Amino acid sequence: MSEILADPLPLDGDAPEAARVFDEVLLSVDNITLTFGGVTALSNIGFDIRKGEIRAIIGPNGAGKTSMLNVINGFYHPQQGKITFKGEERRRMRPHNAAKQGIARTFQNVALFKGMTTLDNVMTGRLLKMKTNMFWQAIYWGPNQREEIKHREFCEHIIDFLEIQAIRKTPVGRLPYGMQKRVELARALAMEPELLLLDEPMAGMNIEEKEDMSRFILDVNDQFGTTIALIEHDMSVVMDLSDRVVVLDYGRKLADGTPAAVSRDQKVIDAYLGVGH
Amino acid sequence: MTERAMTAPSGSDSRVQPLDPAPAARVSAAEAEAAMDTFPKLLLHHARVRPTRPAIREKDFGIWQSWSWDEAAGEIRKLACGLAALGMGRGDRIAIIGDNRPRLYWTMTAAQAIGAVPVPVYQDAVADEMAFVLDHAEVRFALAEDQEQVDKLLEILERCPKLEIMIFDDSRGLRHYQQDWLHDFEAVQEKGRAFDAANPGFYEGEIARATGSDTGIMLYTSGTTGKPKGVVLSFDNILKSAKAGIEFEGLREDEEVLAYLPMAWVGDHIFSFGQSYVAGFCVSCPESGETVLQDLRELGPTYFFAPPRIYENILTTVTIRMEDASRIKRKMFKYFMEVAKRAGSRILDGKAVSVTDRLLYGIGRVLVYAPLKNTLGFSRIRVAYTAGEAIGPDIFEFYRSLGVNLKQLYGSTEASVFITIQPNGEIFADSVGKPAPGVEIRIDEATGEVLFRSPGVFIEYYKNPEDTRETKTEGGWVHTGDAGVMTEDGHLKIIDRAKDVGRLEDGSLFAPKFLENKLKFFPKIKEAVAFGHERPFVTAFVNIDMEAVGAWAERNGIPYASYRELAALPEVYAQVKENVEQVNRDLAADPKLAGAQIRRFLVLHKELDADDGELTRTRKVRRNVVVERYAELVDALYSDAKTAHAETEVTYEDGSKGVMQADLRIEDAQSFEGASQPALKKAG
Repeated sequence: MSEILADPLPLDGDAPEAARVFDEVLLSVDNITLTFGGVTALSNIGFDIRKGEIRAIIGPNGAGKTSMLNVINGFYHPQQGKITFKGEERRRMRPHNAAKQGIARTFQNVALFKGMTTLDNVMTGRLLKMKTNMFWQAIYWGPNQREEIKHREFCEHIIDFLEIQAIRKTPVGRLPYGMQKRVELARALAMEPELLLLDEPMAGMNIEEKEDMSRFILDVNDQFGTTIALIEHDMSVVMDLSDRVVVLDYGRKLADGTPAAVSRDQKVIDAYLGVGH
Repeated sequence: MTERAMTAPSGSDSRVQPLDPAPAARVSAAEAEAAMDTFPKLLLHHARVRPTRPAIREKDFGIWQSWSWDEAAGEIRKLACGLAALGMGRGDRIAIIGDNRPRLYWTMTAAQAIGAVPVPVYQDAVADEMAFVLDHAEVRFALAEDQEQVDKLLEILERCPKLEIMIFDDSRGLRHYQQDWLHDFEAVQEKGRAFDAANPGFYEGEIARATGSDTGIMLYTSGTTGKPKGVVLSFDNILKSAKAGIEFEGLREDEEVLAYLPMAWVGDHIFSFGQSYVAGFCVSCPESGETVLQDLRELGPTYFFAPPRIYENILTTVTIRMEDASRIKRKMFKYFMEVAKRAGSRILDGKAVSVTDRLLYGIGRVLVYAPLKNTLGFSRIRVAYTAGEAIGPDIFEFYRSLGVNLKQLYGSTEASVFITIQPNGEIFADSVGKPAPGVEIRIDEATGEVLFRSPGVFIEYYKNPEDTRETKTEGGWVHTGDAGVMTEDGHLKIIDRAKDVGRLEDGSLFAPKFLENKLKFFPKIKEAVAFGHERPFVTAFVNIDMEAVGAWAERNGIPYASYRELAALPEVYAQVKENVEQVNRDLAADPKLAGAQIRRFLVLHKELDADDGELTRTRKVRRNVVVERYAELVDALYSDAKTAHAETEVTYEDGSKGVMQADLRIEDAQSFEGASQPALKKAG
């Protein structure tokens, strides 16, 4: 990280946080246009995500937020525009390439292997990092055993970090929704991503679960230095967590800036209150 | 213990610490005994005689990580020297706040090694309570487990002017805290290493300066009544109590113990700290508060302590999961639990059991008991204790019938735990056992209060001579505040808090709580309130358990529309009457309590409710409120009336008020003569 915290947090931890400054651009999208047949999901969108920041993408329903994540993630291919990740422009890319480059994500509707335990799900996050092939994995001997132990240890640190030890051996299908979201975050973290995309990490959660999840997102950002882009509907969460916010509406970019600036923007207010359409 | 310790594996010689004052071989047993009167001295001893045996374990990152006695001694040495380097001196106090973790236990020994006094604090205490304890104990140092506890300490910092230095174990989230009096545990140990090198002999010298009569620890009572009191205990108190318990149960160095109860509680201090140091067994710390039951299963402890609530929860889980099991499994479980009820406890107690039952129990062991115990982590238990409050006889018998040697004990912080224990083969559901080794017990004639005297009796309440004088009276007798009776075969029964015990008009003892608990242990009775102080006889209100009675009514095709209607059913009255008479039969067996049999009772038309102020928020009956609200009912109980009219104001959930009217039937219950009954109700 070239630019970290401009200011260490205030001593007592309860004074207002100093604004954080980020210089290095990790990912930028320029002039992205994505259409499905006659429907334009995104038109001429451009913004950047800087290294180390928490970037929020907000907007009313159908604004194109998830489409945007899917574009970054390589799942959708925009008809126009360019994406630059770590200074390299890319054109066509598949999700597994994105994953290899260090982009991990969680989904709006939890997408875990329901029949597998929490631990196994988190371990799947390490698959891309494993070097031995399926044959050796089946035998579980020699180099593979050592490798598996190494990866298990890494996963255990994540499990410890997210405080999900108690459900380590529980099949995720049996877990409450809030917990499944946390497991999904754990799996994404197991990839040691540079950029973490969170699609509505707090949807359907109660206040307490939201508070926990907010804490974890901040801790991930702080402890691992992971850059985070998140989509979220809960405005208070967005305002508290994010360093910068980009607002989408009907596939267009409405505003981009600090939470405070964005929330004062008349266009944003109109979009949310339904005026002016 | 010394003998066993001395004959421990001798492959340890090469690892004898060079700085040890006397080589192990030349120390006679008696000298060693004298030398081991503090925990730091015991630590050195274990590091010498059993260096490679595990001393403490913690589940971390999914693996049980262990430290041998030798390694633990090394960690503690570094920490003690580090604390000294930070300026901790003899007589200083250090607060220890957090879950059961090896480092927190080490801090206790490290502080003791350099003459300081550890003060463990309940980790879930609210800031106010913590501020009181820290300020009252005048702690200069505090060890906090993690950010949560550090934040709590920062919040109360202003109210604890003496607090100078804070150390934290888990650095997560604390990266940006830059106060120079806030130290990382490992950094303190690093300092200690340097300090130790610069001051050779310091550590051993400091350890040697302490003797058994010095203050070992200060434990604050949880303070259900008034402000918490700091109970000062000497090394001798804890050591002698721990040792007596070990000898009583024959505990060895290979016991497995799970340390999961609050470190500030005297029970944990004895079971997970004191006895581990005396017997040399290993203590294991669970991964987190939520994983205790899983960790329990993995570990399979041999020596286990839990309050009744935990046994109750485990039993409930078993019951619920059995209901989800297949039909065959359910039937098998039911059948063999009946067998266990008949024969299990008797086999455990070594009593005569018929050949058929013995055979069936053997089959049940293979099919049901052993797998069940394995699932619960109870397979290897040799001794399990419960204490703290009365345990329901059904719950107690469930575990005993499975072959788990569950016993009750009675103790207090002021006694360094042990006052009475149930000896093997003399287990009763309604007694707390015989005086523990070295403990003398006396019942105050006038008040019925239990007094005791033992080597474990505390030194004093810290900075509170008044309460000390009141509790610890002449001749060393300590008031427990509990009323009890001694049965003829020397077992103690605790009946109530001494201040709640009353007398009937004829002078016989009336312990409301004792009666109410007995009633509440019947599944159909949810709550009961007994009256009798300065009255001619005892009467009671009974609250039925809507769920249990409702399910019973449904099964038997008895229609009802509301709680009130259900409570007034003659069938329900008949059942309650049976329960009440069972209680009377039990009471009749005890000459001291026989006078307090329940003569008349009624079933209340509404549930006692915290919203109406009848219960506290923790569901304890507020006797005076109940008496006031239902005065006409109480009067009716003490008249010849067959019914009573009640008019009660109730508060609905939305806060609005209404009046509830009912005519309640009053029922007479049979009372019994004492002589022909057995002295105590057998457990199982």
